[in-house]
Amino acid sequence: MKSFWLGMCGLLSFSSLSVARADTLGEVKKRGFLKCGVSQGLAGFSAPDKGGLWQGIDVDLCRAVAAAVLGDATKVKYSPLSAKERLTALQSGEIDVLSRNTTWTFQRDTQLGVDFAGVIYYDGQGFMVPKKLGVKAAKELGGASVCVQLGTTTELNLADFFRSQNLTYKLVTFEKNDEVVAAYDAGRCDVISADRSGLFADRSAKLKKPDDHVILPEIISKEPLGPVVRHGDNRWGDIVRWSLYALLEAEELKVDSKNIEANKKSNNPAIRRLLGVEGELGKNLGLNTNWAASIIQQVGNYQQIFDRNLGKDSPLKIERGQNALWNAGGLHYPMPFR
Amino acid sequence: MRAKRRARDEWIHWARKKPTQALTSLVGLFLIVYLLLPVWHWAVTDANFLGSDRSACVGGGACWVFVRERFHQFLFGFYPADAYWRPLLTVAIGALSIGLLFVSRLGVLRLLIFVALPFIAWLILEGSLLGLPPVATDQWGGLLLTLIISVTGIAVSLPLGIFLALGRRSRLPLIRWLSVAFIELWRGVPLITVLFMASVMLPFFMPLGVEVDKLLRVLIGVTLFTSAYMAEVVRGGLQSIAKGQYEAAAALNLTSFQTMRLVILPQALRKVIPGIVNTFIGLFKDTSLVLIVGMFDLLGMVQTASTDPEWLGYSLEGYIFAGAMFWIFCFAMSRYSLRLERQLAYSSVERKQLT
Repeated sequence: MKSFWLGMCGLLSFSSLSVARADTLGEVKKRGFLKCGVSQGLAGFSAPDKGGLWQGIDVDLCRAVAAAVLGDATKVKYSPLSAKERLTALQSGEIDVLSRNTTWTFQRDTQLGVDFAGVIYYDGQGFMVPKKLGVKAAKELGGASVCVQLGTTTELNLADFFRSQNLTYKLVTFEKNDEVVAAYDAGRCDVISADRSGLFADRSAKLKKPDDHVILPEIISKEPLGPVVRHGDNRWGDIVRWSLYALLEAEELKVDSKNIEANKKSNNPAIRRLLGVEGELGKNLGLNTNWAASIIQQVGNYQQIFDRNLGKDSPLKIERGQNALWNAGGLHYPMPFR
Repeated sequence: MRAKRRARDEWIHWARKKPTQALTSLVGLFLIVYLLLPVWHWAVTDANFLGSDRSACVGGGACWVFVRERFHQFLFGFYPADAYWRPLLTVAIGALSIGLLFVSRLGVLRLLIFVALPFIAWLILEGSLLGLPPVATDQWGGLLLTLIISVTGIAVSLPLGIFLALGRRSRLPLIRWLSVAFIELWRGVPLITVLFMASVMLPFFMPLGVEVDKLLRVLIGVTLFTSAYMAEVVRGGLQSIAKGQYEAAAALNLTSFQTMRLVILPQALRKVIPGIVNTFIGLFKDTSLVLIVGMFDLLGMVQTASTDPEWLGYSLEGYIFAGAMFWIFCFAMSRYSLRLERQLAYSSVERKQLT
């Protein structure tokens, strides 16, 4: 009986996403705004400011897609979603795109009827230690006591790492991240381990003396975070993917929201193609020729987005690291626009 | 002056008579002061109250600037700032109708006002039917949302619960079975499941293009859930009424409706006031669960606001604020229930037992 109902649910969801929702682009254009799923508050990724406007790198991706499709980055309705309901909300059509610090995994990509459109932020688990400990690499952490959040993959990754290195360690777990940071700051453990984006945020905003702590270079897990769309609507997936690439390509070509007007007169064919001065890139996506220009003009390029939300212009002060462009030692590699 | 001296004499007298008790009291007092002093320093003397951003928060004390800066969000969520008069008007009407509860002359009428309250609130807050600029329900939040959900739940679940309790004791099998099935179904699932079902699964079953407002779905879920609990509380009261009462009513030639309305229910409900208010207080606190379905009640709003990079690390202040607000409302409810019990008590002896 149980399997029957599960089957019914699956059937319903499947039929609704494969038949009825095949034309997300048309729906969004007709509706006049984009429905975007974001988190319920994660510093630098999506959080409401004083005026109630959503800010963050995930939010800026929603704005970029809205700028590309509708020509107006403000035409977005944000749905704050909990981790439990995020993928169901996408499948049921409550949102058009999910931009909510979601890790791209095999399981999600193949089993849940969704597709990942790319990676907007490469995260991964790391370590933070007090400078006075003199630790330079994670390999020197043998015998250390480690503060982590309870019941997350963080704990499992940690166990794998120490076992593979043949090192011993002592686990100190807490229910909430705030408790983990407070315990570490009070000296109840030598090391704190969490996603590196979180470690940077904790260091600059929650520790009493941020400069006394160092985040080790090792990354012991892969957490590629990216926007998600429904499986089966490839046209829409293309639009989200290339909106993301447009942000990265603009950084690579050094086109930003301030110099875009001057760049429209540039002789560089790559810039001319991206901004729609020549070629038909937008048309192939079912969009206007100035789709990428709207994105850059209204939202900025990837560097601008990163700096204001996570990087040097934000209180978080996260380094680019893996999130630099491929030609600057990072992993971001926009596919060629031609 | 004399009274003061007499009180002091009494204390000394008591301390001489029971030295161990006096000593433990002293130690206890000392411990309380010793433990609470750092809290006092953190929350008041070392705290920062003035300023407009995190740079204003220096030293080790609390940063109440965060709560002050986001106060409007904690109260109203994302409701547009130029329309704050609408939630305020709604709350004023709500306060007025709660005030009317104390006017016993109005009788049953005051309950009707209470039931009408959710609809009036919706008219004003949503606004389009009154010709005001519409505000979508996903922008309602903070304390406003907490109050909307709990007041609606309270106002609708009590009458519904009474009907269900009567239905469960009905002599007609169909009504009885339906009531039992309803109560056991809703009592058997956690509220989180109900909310999740209402917000995430229902859209799967609805035809394309039909969208029922998410808040409305949640409200219906919360109300049905609470009414199942309410039904069982009321049934407890009904069962405590002796058979003789029914027989006496029958001897007076009262119809069964009159028996219920004039004899049984007044006695039964009076007995279960603590249980009813208990359910209400539970509901009030359970409203925080709506965070699971992406709505920001008071607690959710505090949590979300404290993830703004600008205010990272000051969540404790926000939590304390939310806790204080919840406590104020729950305490007020329990005081009201005591007052009601006292009002309805038969004798002065019974009245004295209530503190």
